[in-house]
Amino acid sequence: MFRKTVVGLSCALWAQGAFALDDPKTKLDDPMKSGMWDYHQVELLGDPEVIRFDERVIVRGPVSAEDSLNVPLLVDATGIDNVKRIVISADYGPIPHILTYYPEQAEAKLGLRFKIDQGTAIRASVETNDGQWFVGSTYIDAAGGGCTAPAHAYASDDWEEKLGEIHGRLWAASGRARVIVDHPMDTGLAGNIPVFIIQNLAFESDSGDLLARLELFEPVNEDPAFSLYFEPGTLTGPLHVKGRDNNGNRIRGLLAEGDTH
Amino acid sequence: MFTRRHALGILGAGIIAPRAYAQARHVYDLTPIQIADGMWMIEGSTDYFSMQNGGAIVNIVLIEGDSGLILIDSGPSLRYGEALASVARRLDLRGVSAVINTHHHPDHFFGNQVFADKPILSLGETLSAAVSDGDAFADNMYRLLGDWMRGTEVVPPTQVISSGEVTIDGRSFTALPLGGHTVADLAVLDRQTGTLIAGDLVFYDRAPTTPSADLEIWQASLNELEAINAAQLVPGHGPVDKTRAAIPQTRAYLSWLEHTLRNAAREGLDMIEVMDTTLPAEFAGMGAQPQEFHRSVSHLFPGIELQELPRGN
Repeated sequence: MFRKTVVGLSCALWAQGAFALDDPKTKLDDPMKSGMWDYHQVELLGDPEVIRFDERVIVRGPVSAEDSLNVPLLVDATGIDNVKRIVISADYGPIPHILTYYPEQAEAKLGLRFKIDQGTAIRASVETNDGQWFVGSTYIDAAGGGCTAPAHAYASDDWEEKLGEIHGRLWAASGRARVIVDHPMDTGLAGNIPVFIIQNLAFESDSGDLLARLELFEPVNEDPAFSLYFEPGTLTGPLHVKGRDNNGNRIRGLLAEGDTH
Repeated sequence: MFTRRHALGILGAGIIAPRAYAQARHVYDLTPIQIADGMWMIEGSTDYFSMQNGGAIVNIVLIEGDSGLILIDSGPSLRYGEALASVARRLDLRGVSAVINTHHHPDHFFGNQVFADKPILSLGETLSAAVSDGDAFADNMYRLLGDWMRGTEVVPPTQVISSGEVTIDGRSFTALPLGGHTVADLAVLDRQTGTLIAGDLVFYDRAPTTPSADLEIWQASLNELEAINAAQLVPGHGPVDKTRAAIPQTRAYLSWLEHTLRNAAREGLDMIEVMDTTLPAEFAGMGAQPQEFHRSVSHLFPGIELQELPRGN
């Protein structure tokens, strides 16, 4: 009896010790209680010293993912000044990192779609120029399979001709830009289809100034679709879209003010 | 004194009591309402699938044939099909003689399993869609409904119904092969009573669903159904319509939906922003709103947006 208690006690101590080794430098109380946040805080954000959950980082998605291949998400960190980048991630899923947004001249707000693999907490971690992190969350329920299903593109035989095709435009008065790039965004997790993704997209002014940029990872949806937001009235000319995928294909396009079809 | 028997008793209570409770919760209470001579309807809830309703959200019609009851649609699960079979036997001792599936959505055909020894008729494309999509639907239904789905297996229809005048178990129908809600939607006009069983081409006081929809084809189908001027109409979801209000309501909603999504795309809205749209009063009160509007944004907005936004290279 006594012996058992001792063994139990030492197990408990050992477990606690092991746990402490994995703890981030700044341990947070996760409002989502998802069980994976500590890990992502270390692995994805590089274990920052100054980090906290902050309601000013608004992450909005549907309660439940109707289409696990195209889950809409709207991240709004305009309540925080001097945003350097926004890391968007899923706690559970084979590839947690969805994308990183560098707003540069744009507002710290982004609309996107992504593939979800199961019900999970979704995070937007905002780093400011002075190295502080602010994290917002939401929970999205899902039937799953989004990351492990083959792209729809291969159902048609003309996907190569459409590769890199861009749809989009600007609305200068409301400060919006919308862009959709035709690309399979293969995760590498569907049978016999290697990773094939757009890795970066930049948005430049006519004079070549960098206005905003994105680093994309596998969970971004097939035919990535983004909404960028600028201060209304400040977009004076067209927006040049420049990007590249991991096979070296260049993506080039122009978003202009103008009539929709 | 604590004996082994005590321990067993406690164990037994712990295991058996929750199980009895769970079984009691998963009973479909199906009440047939007579809507015409020799015709009954089981009216589904106008809510979305839930653990509370067990997926009993669909309208079922039972019609007297020569050798039993002709069943139009079979419900969301094995257990629902069993409840239907017992309702049918109370109305006619011989039970169900034939089954018609209006389309391949799971709430309309997952009760087929119980009637696998009877002819199960549908349009040809419904049959192939039930085969190709059935397992994925089943995965999602098990997730949404849990134990209500226990034992349910996908049993697609077995016979292709011909269009036009058809006789099923001695009863004459006009079979209308339409579409738009899904790839193939069958509406059935009962010649004897003038009742139009519209399947999910028509919703009434319940938001139409769009996971497999083609809005243009759907609107054309509504025009065809309206031209029939049926005495009464049984929608796929919602109450019987005797005032010819259900078709105009479905049409108005679908028109509003498309108009709203196109306008949103033209204004550069993102999907989450579109979901924030305030529904007009006439549609906000429909069953399963705003969930169905949100689902429709997911189903339809990406395609509409690609049509509306100009090319940028």
